[in-house]
Order: sequence, then structure tokens, then C-alpha cells
Amino acid sequence: MESFFIYIAMFLCLLVMLALYRGIIGPTVLDRIISISAIGTKTTIILALMGFIYKRSDMFLDIALAYALLNFIATIAAAKFFRRRKSILPGAKYIKYKGVE
Amino acid sequence: MSVLAAILIVTGVFFFTTATIGLLRFPDFYTRMHATGKGDTLGAFLILTGLALYNLHHGFSVDAILVSIKVMFIALFIFIANPTATHAITKAGLDCNVKPWEKKETSR
Repeated sequence: MESFFIYIAMFLCLLVMLALYRGIIGPTVLDRIISISAIGTKTTIILALMGFIYKRSDMFLDIALAYALLNFIATIAAAKFFRRRKSILPGAKYIKYKGVE
Repeated sequence: MSVLAAILIVTGVFFFTTATIGLLRFPDFYTRMHATGKGDTLGAFLILTGLALYNLHHGFSVDAILVSIKVMFIALFIFIANPTATHAITKAGLDCNVKPWEKKETSR
């Protein structure tokens, strides 16, 4: 069963890479925030799986819980920060710099 | 119980995969949010439930029950927190006037 958990964790790492692609090329800032939130959820699951792989689940589950809390707070803070800001749209900063020049 | 846990974990991984494909393929911010907000929540809940069931397959000792309760706490927290975060991000996008995607009219 441990090798099954290792394969599941490797597949989740592959999904993290795919979500990171959207985080890099995402047109708006909000796409990047969703991508980071999805990566955080997957990381929580990977940490819980690692606890069962190394048979230290009581320690790793605390880390997973802390990571889930931090992920939630970071997402809420980013959503509050980017509310009512025009810089959320793609290319907004570029147009502003072009207008300055 | 171990087989049931494996079935739950594989189902959760399937939901994670569909959520990630939706995050990559959908055309708009709102549709991407729709894909990843629900798929990730259900996938995380299923995988953590499977882990909590797998933890009990040696027998119902006090330590195993406590670890399973902790896993289910994480699952419950993700089940509450992830839709809240999704709602907050969508509200931020709506306040910034991000245009929803519309299907282009085909010229005949």
C-alpha cells in the first residue's frame, strides 16, 4: 500500500506542475491566485500522503493542517488586496508605462 | 477496508485531474474558477476520507482513531474553506469588471 501512496503522490506532483503552467502564463492576476490555491490544496494532500508513507502521520498531519490554514488565509488576503484594482487586468501595467513614455 | 480506501483515493485523484484539466483548458477566469473550485474540494475530501479509512485497517486503537479524527478535521476544514476562498476571488474579479467569456458568433 505504501508504493500505491508513492504513485498517487507522484501523480499529484505532476498535476501541481500542470497547475503551475496556468500560474505562469495566466492572463489576469486572479488566474494566478486560483492556480496557487489549487496547488496549496494539492500540497496539503501530498503532505498527508507523506505522513502515511513515512509512518509518521501524527507529525505530518499537523503540518498539513497548518498548510491548509495558511493557504486559506493567503487566498482570502490576496482576494481582498486585489479587489477594485485595475492592475488585475492583463497588460494594464504595460499600457500605463507606454502612456508615460 | 483497504480496498474501499484505495477506491476512494483513486476517485479523488480523478476529480483532481479533471479540475486541473479544466484549469488549463477553459477560456475564461470564471469558468476556470468553476472547474477548480468544485473539483479540488471534492477530490481533497475523497482522498482524505480514504486515508482516514486506511488508517483504521490495523484495528481500532486509540491512537489510530485520534489520527483518523485529525484527518477528518482537515477534510472538513478544506470542505468549508475552499468554497469560501473561491467566492472571495470571484467577488474580487466581479468588482474589477472582468468580462465574462462569450461564445463568438459564427459568420454565415
